[in-house]
Amino acid sequence: MKYIPTIGIECHVQLSTKTKLFSEVDNDARGKEPNACVSPVDFALPGMLPRLNGEAIRLAVLAGRAMNCTINPSSRFDRKHYFYPDSPKGYQITQFYHPIIGEGYVELPSGTKIRVEHAHLEGDAGKLTHFSSYSLVDLNRVDTPLIEIVSMPDIHSAKDAHDYCKELWRLMRFAGVSYGDLYNGNMRFDVNISIAPEGSDKLGTRAEVKNLNSFRSVERAVEYEITRQTKILESGEKVVQETRGWNDATGKTTGQRSKEEAKDYRYMPEPDLPPINLSTEFIETESKKLPSMPVDYRKKFSKIIAEDTLEVLLDYPELMKKLEEIDEKHVKLMSNLFASVLLAEEKSAEYLNDLPSANDLNELSEMNEKKELSSTAMKEVFLRLFDPQMKGRGAKNIAKELGLIQENDLEALEKIVDIVLAKPETQKAQADFNAGEEKVIGFLVGQVMKESHGKANPSAVQEILRKKLA
Amino acid sequence: MKIANSKVTAERLVRDALEKAKHFDDYHIFTFIDEEGAIKKAKEIDAKIARGEKVGRLAGVPYALKDNFLSPRGETTASAHILEGFTSPITATAVEKLEAEGAIMIGRTNLDAFAHGSSTENSYYGPTLNAFDKKRVAGGSSGGSAVAVALDIVEFATGTDTGGSIRQPASFNGVYGLKPTYGCISRYGVVAMASSTDCIGFFTKSSDDMELLMSVASGQDPKDLTTLADYYNDSENKKAKKVGIIKDFDNDSVDKEIREALKKKCELLKSKGYEIVELEMPALKYALAAYYIIVPAEVASNLSRYDGVRYGFRSEKSGDLDKLYANTRDEGFMSENKRRIMIGNFVLSSGFYDAYFLKAAKARTLIVKEYEKAFKKVDYLLTPVSPNPAFLLGEKVNDPIAMYLEDMMSVSLNLAGIPGLAIPAGMNKNGLPLGLQLVGPRRSDKSLIEFSKELI
Repeated sequence: MKYIPTIGIECHVQLSTKTKLFSEVDNDARGKEPNACVSPVDFALPGMLPRLNGEAIRLAVLAGRAMNCTINPSSRFDRKHYFYPDSPKGYQITQFYHPIIGEGYVELPSGTKIRVEHAHLEGDAGKLTHFSSYSLVDLNRVDTPLIEIVSMPDIHSAKDAHDYCKELWRLMRFAGVSYGDLYNGNMRFDVNISIAPEGSDKLGTRAEVKNLNSFRSVERAVEYEITRQTKILESGEKVVQETRGWNDATGKTTGQRSKEEAKDYRYMPEPDLPPINLSTEFIETESKKLPSMPVDYRKKFSKIIAEDTLEVLLDYPELMKKLEEIDEKHVKLMSNLFASVLLAEEKSAEYLNDLPSANDLNELSEMNEKKELSSTAMKEVFLRLFDPQMKGRGAKNIAKELGLIQENDLEALEKIVDIVLAKPETQKAQADFNAGEEKVIGFLVGQVMKESHGKANPSAVQEILRKKLA
Repeated sequence: MKIANSKVTAERLVRDALEKAKHFDDYHIFTFIDEEGAIKKAKEIDAKIARGEKVGRLAGVPYALKDNFLSPRGETTASAHILEGFTSPITATAVEKLEAEGAIMIGRTNLDAFAHGSSTENSYYGPTLNAFDKKRVAGGSSGGSAVAVALDIVEFATGTDTGGSIRQPASFNGVYGLKPTYGCISRYGVVAMASSTDCIGFFTKSSDDMELLMSVASGQDPKDLTTLADYYNDSENKKAKKVGIIKDFDNDSVDKEIREALKKKCELLKSKGYEIVELEMPALKYALAAYYIIVPAEVASNLSRYDGVRYGFRSEKSGDLDKLYANTRDEGFMSENKRRIMIGNFVLSSGFYDAYFLKAAKARTLIVKEYEKAFKKVDYLLTPVSPNPAFLLGEKVNDPIAMYLEDMMSVSLNLAGIPGLAIPAGMNKNGLPLGLQLVGPRRSDKSLIEFSKELI
């Protein structure tokens, strides 16, 4: 029997606000000591009350709009209770009943639309590190603002699950609401998977695989679960509703908690925070600040940039933004240089932080059109434009400084060709060419290039050679 | 109140207060007394006065702090075992405001642990005794603060009122006690009981003192998003004409002498030209039930943070995480704390939320509306605070329902967020104080306090 998988995904996105969701301490704990970014509010001293970070609300509006979601003019917070040392208050402040972000959808590169049920704002939990006889608690991450994006069960393959997560990651980065650093847990995915016989109108029993932190692991976990659940059903048994953990090393999921053991979170309206009431005007003004999204770039550049190149570049919002800034006639060349030269460069991550101006890139492309640079020289100048030591000097100046301007002056070239043709070591090649051995022209062009110290335009050289040897 | 000046030094005021505190030691009023710190502060103020510098509106005024306000001076225990050893790095906003005007805390006062109770008998440190009869309860939860003012140890004391915890002990000890409009005074740095009903207020010996303290302590605080921008708008200070009394409370469930005291005050008001209007407020009968659902729910939630992990008491029997939680909370909480945690978690649990919490929230809305309706007909309401004067120590300690019934006439104000001022209303034949409460619409605090002078 054929089984159809049905998948819903919950994605946690850490917002890149300066301070935490409910207090004024630094939200960026990268490179800091454990428990260095903890206020009395995060630490849950007695009598502490949450404040509300307006920036997090603004970013939530942008995130919502990036997913084509409605923004709810009135939302509020609730308490979700559980005991664990990563939760100093004994509850998480979240939005269970009235989330800020309503329905919307995410469009995958394939064009498939995955509906978003809602997304809500909440505070993150701390982190525990376990040792053999004790555990250490780091509260730096407590109440880092998160949005949890809940999809509808619209996904039916491991590939689409992968693509949905990746597209979400792109949307959050393009919207500028998250650093999207997966390695540091800026985005985490919980995946609900069930399978049902083809044609069945009922969904199967689902398993939830929690805390996946890469698109690849989402894809692999879904593949594994489909196989596991299929085997169970085919052997006539039943899938148990449970939470499962993913082991990246073994490539397997393992059961953690069944439904019977599921926690009762005893949700309650958060009495310390008044409702968030957003005016239509605020929502509209903030929505207008949403920059171009992947779907906009696909529309704009699909005729100029090859699809696979475009999909590579869509992982880099800063590059897409740059392509938007430069002259349209230069987009094709630059997109190729971005994809094949810049991203292949060792220091590309560093270079991406500070891109050259659109003018510099336009200038380089124009030099290329005028054949002022050999293709090797162009790639070199292109990379130098990103080099912090060369930056800002302009493509032309850099090319001149490095002596890379290509010789297009026909008269000058003719002189160099004459010198080369007069050399004894080229005599045999000349004779061979005249005898009809076409390919020795390459050797002769190479000799001219050498004589010109690489500055000659090879196609111009070939033309002159052919004329002279005829 | 006595304020320090060039003739009466702050040190004199503070030393007098400290001496009286010592004298009344057997009442178990204080959980902590800071003699050295208080005298040091007094000397600083006296030095300022001597130099002719400007001093605050409460310069050198000794006061008592209910032990659920955070301040680095002494441990903040909320009279609960589980907070034993906790010294706060934070100062509550209310404390900051009082001390910025020169008030001097001489000590922290006893309460029912975490303010759960109506008698101070739920304190880990034992009960505070009534100022008028040592065999009787001080009332609660702010029992220590009420008795500190009643015995004239301090000029004023702070309190918190979640369901009557200021007004009831005030009436049991014959002093003024104000529960302001919800959000008047910042709750920042005050150990939370039930966030949506907790109010910070005061015990004083006069209406004027209350007015002064409110003008110092109230106001918006960026650290408490539920505070009101301005608690009182002068344009609302219209001349009162009508005072309502609630028929639903005029029956045998209320002590005869309290009902007589109420009648006497009504006669007094009539003689001053006010009209007394009898009102029926049927929705108030839901108040106690709604209160004992909403408040325990918030209590259970707010007490979740006391887990022995970060501060305060930790059980020695904490071999693993579950034991650490279970034993710390079992040994650290009083039985009344546990009772409310159990009720609260029950009414919030999956499948019961709609039947209990949500229904109680709806009843709360009815109560809010009932009061709004009443204040369209009258300017203020005058009601008893509690059904009986101070009861005997141990009398109700094993009967939680009887204890909860004490709160029958006080809790509806907390659910509605409206102000209530407990005022002394004479003595009963056994020499126990009787109290009444004057109730006003939201944000009428200032005129309510002013109007209370008409009842003298």
